[in-house]
Amino acid sequence: MQKTTVRALCVELEGELDHHNAETIRRQLDRAIMRCRNGLILDFSHVTLMDSSGIGLLIGRYKKLKEKGMPLYVKNVNSHVDKIFRMSGLYNIIEKLL
Amino acid sequence: MNTDNYMELIFPATSQNEAFARVCAAAFAARLDCTMEDISDIKTAVSEAVTNAVVHAYTHQKGKVILRGEISKNTVTFEIQDFGKGIEDIQQAMQPFYSTGNSEERSGMGFTVMQSFMDRVVVRSQPGHGTTVRLEKTIPVNSMEAAANVALS
Repeated sequence: MQKTTVRALCVELEGELDHHNAETIRRQLDRAIMRCRNGLILDFSHVTLMDSSGIGLLIGRYKKLKEKGMPLYVKNVNSHVDKIFRMSGLYNIIEKLL
Repeated sequence: MNTDNYMELIFPATSQNEAFARVCAAAFAARLDCTMEDISDIKTAVSEAVTNAVVHAYTHQKGKVILRGEISKNTVTFEIQDFGKGIEDIQQAMQPFYSTGNSEERSGMGFTVMQSFMDRVVVRSQPGHGTTVRLEKTIPVNSMEAAANVALS
């Protein structure tokens, strides 16, 4: 597959994307969304766990970006996170960059 | 009962304890031939059930959660019990994307995640008294090791 190049603000997430951490990550991502001009890329290289709170968080950020007419991308998704994305249908609204 | 190992853990329903509970569950299951994927599945499913207790059963009020683990042959079972408000309609609560819609951004995918990652999910609940979620997963026995055991016996 061809590598896609997009110009957008890239945020590296780290650790466990669960209910306990969701609020802190939400605040930080919303600050990033206020600053970004071409959309947002979330780099999942260092995410070790994601549960349904993470799904809610991503849907929320997708909606915020959509209001501004901007896309949300993810990259470096590991097999566990990929399973959550596929199961929840998140790939229908969030593009995975290769 | 053919229980090979069991454990019981009691802790307050706080969001900090979501990580604590899932790490304990993973450590308990680790004596089986778990792959990294099995461990991730167990951690995520237990995390969902504990999060439900924190967010829905007690709605961030004080409360107690009991996590029980049991290993029988190559099947691990966890029970996550709370004494909170309970679920009126379990079938509805288990529907994908169903959420009681509080102010937090909830995906309504908690039970769907549990069902996808575990072999069996059973929910028992009594409104006003609490909820118990039973999660079961059978870990395939490592075929190489099984063959070696047969050869040795």
